[in-house]
Amino acid sequence: MNILAYLIPISLILGGVGLVAFVYTVRSNQYDDPEGDSRRILSNEWDDRPKP
Amino acid sequence: MTAALRPTPSACPACAAAPAAEALAARALPDARIALSLPTIHCGACISKIETALNAHPDVRSARVNLTLKRASIDAAPEVTAEDMRTLVEGLGYEAHELDAGTLSATATDKAGRDLLMRLAVAGFASMNVMLLSVSVWSGAEAATRDLFHWISAAITLPAIAFAGVPFFRNAWSALRHGRLNMDVPITLAILLAVVMSLWETSLSGEHAYFDAAIALTFFLLAGRYLDHRSRAIARSAAEELTALEVPRATRLRDGVEEVVGIAELAVGDLILVRPGGRMPVDGEVVSGTSELDRSLLTGETLPVFAGEGQAVSAGEVNLTGPLTIRATAVGAETSLHRMADLVAIAESGRSRYTSLADRAAKLYAPGVHILSGLSFIGWYLYTWDLRTALNIAAAVLIITCPCALGLAVPAVTTAASGRLFRRGMLIKHETALERLAQVDTVVFDKTGTLTTGTPRLTNGEGLPRNAMELALALSQASAHPLAQAITRAAREGGVAAAKVTDITEVPGYGTKGVIDGQEVRLGRASWVGATPRPETATYLRRGKAAPVAFTFADALRPGAEEAVAALVKQGKRVILMSGDTTPAVEALSERLGITEWMAEALPADKAARVTALRDQGARVLMVGDGLNDTAALAAAHVSISPASALDAARVASDIVLLGNDLSTIGAACETAKSATRRIRENFRIATVYNIIAVPLAVAGLCSPLIAALAMSLSSITVSLNALRLR
Repeated sequence: MNILAYLIPISLILGGVGLVAFVYTVRSNQYDDPEGDSRRILSNEWDDRPKP
Repeated sequence: MTAALRPTPSACPACAAAPAAEALAARALPDARIALSLPTIHCGACISKIETALNAHPDVRSARVNLTLKRASIDAAPEVTAEDMRTLVEGLGYEAHELDAGTLSATATDKAGRDLLMRLAVAGFASMNVMLLSVSVWSGAEAATRDLFHWISAAITLPAIAFAGVPFFRNAWSALRHGRLNMDVPITLAILLAVVMSLWETSLSGEHAYFDAAIALTFFLLAGRYLDHRSRAIARSAAEELTALEVPRATRLRDGVEEVVGIAELAVGDLILVRPGGRMPVDGEVVSGTSELDRSLLTGETLPVFAGEGQAVSAGEVNLTGPLTIRATAVGAETSLHRMADLVAIAESGRSRYTSLADRAAKLYAPGVHILSGLSFIGWYLYTWDLRTALNIAAAVLIITCPCALGLAVPAVTTAASGRLFRRGMLIKHETALERLAQVDTVVFDKTGTLTTGTPRLTNGEGLPRNAMELALALSQASAHPLAQAITRAAREGGVAAAKVTDITEVPGYGTKGVIDGQEVRLGRASWVGATPRPETATYLRRGKAAPVAFTFADALRPGAEEAVAALVKQGKRVILMSGDTTPAVEALSERLGITEWMAEALPADKAARVTALRDQGARVLMVGDGLNDTAALAAAHVSISPASALDAARVASDIVLLGNDLSTIGAACETAKSATRRIRENFRIATVYNIIAVPLAVAGLCSPLIAALAMSLSSITVSLNALRLR
């Protein structure tokens, strides 16, 4: 059962990474314009260099 | 701008002063934040086209298009006006409207929604982990392993609930402080008791811990809250956008100089210029100019009224033909528009208080739950004299009966229903509007602007001599008056060519005149032309000394009006037409639509009184109206609908706003509301059935954490799926 000592922290950390990633997306306004963002990614306007 | 503050070695004082002055100017004038509504954008190409064009403007700092909200927000130098930006975007071929940024700022950052989403995410994360640990406990973990798993669950659950449960704790506390019970009180009690009980059990290495139930409960209930919040936020932001579309501005004349100012800055005695097509910003008196006024939004009359010097005008009237200069006699809260608000307040105080289905359920439910769990605690304590067993069972009863499905039952259905209606162009503003709409048995329609579009249509075009039409077209082409435009439209459709009339001049307030073959021709008001006025809306044409010819008009029907009335009659509802317009006009329309009950020349107070009388007879009235004269009636009715073209006051007073031009959705909306209410009731029944099965088990002490988790998840999922079945 010693394997639990590794598996439980690993599962918690992986879950925590998911949570932190979600919190980051909410904080950085990534849900403000879902429809527009899905189209923007297809435009080739800023393909060569990042938007200043 | 620190460069400007540093002492410059320059010898020229002006050189040093110039940047400093610039810095001052930059500080004094805040950047212009402009919002535009772009209803026709639909693709990625639209976004980049508009953004590139806006960013290319030298004074624009940044511009961003939001495709979801169909809006552009622009950060620009202070001297840029919204009008410039609007013409720029319209030049690209897109429809654009200015939005009042001040009104919109409230929705720009939806803080409450984001807060709920964050709590939902934390609860979801914690419940998934705790459930994983619980599964191994259910499948037979023993002794030290079980205790370890319980302790880890506790370590995850406690901080997660402390963060995610705050909305429930806050609501429950404010209800208890006022000595009331709401749905959140049993929720909070169940969560807290389950956590405390489980901690105690865990410390005694007991078998049953309810950490998973407590956190899953929080997660499901937060999901219900979030759905509820979202459907309301969408409605609110759409309603605010409608308000923001009307930017309140007026042209003030000061020492002969025109300046555009906000309506809030106007004072009594100010001279205000109102151009043709403009709306009166304040109450006042005409100082100079003659014109005609369209009062349909205020009184429901379709016939334009003459306005000359000394005539009193009210805020909200539309100036039709000539520029008018008015002196303000009442501004802001004193205008007749605002005085109508008193009437609305009176009507609203009489409105029967409607308790929503959820509130009624909560009123029955909350005390029942507490009594049941209290009784099982006392019963078990007297039976076993063991505090631990008794508390354990009381906690199990609270968890099982917790209104998880109830918390989802209403929001899931209303979100589905209002989403469906929103796609059909209906905006549900009030939370209980759907439930009230389902009960409606009487529908009262306003005429002008609601069943009709408010734009006139020529009715006797066929019967008129061709040369009269040719003359009328020549004169009407030169005018922006709605009746003249109706003649122009009808004549063009009939393929009529304009007669060769020379010296055409428009006499604001009276009509248009010109000369043909040395004879004067006039098209306009009866008194000016020298004709006997007819009862219906009409304009008159006279050539020289010949007998005048009358052109009669009727209001064009709003698209879908006939279908809406037919659908409502078919549903067995009583349909009534109430209008402030003249009797012949109202009678003609009611005959055309097949409405048997009508009332003409109704004053605003009459309408409200009639609606109240209907209500007192036990009828559930749906009022559909757009004008100021309908506002009190809208507020007095059981539920009310107004079109998006309605006056702001009317839209505020009504529960549902029609975004499109089409009325035919009203009939379908009543059906949707009915089936939504049916689903809500069904959901309550499903939740009750689950309780009836699980509660005896819990009271008998047979409920394990596994049964609690199963009952809770199953009932929540069934209820959500049932909500999605809504047609």
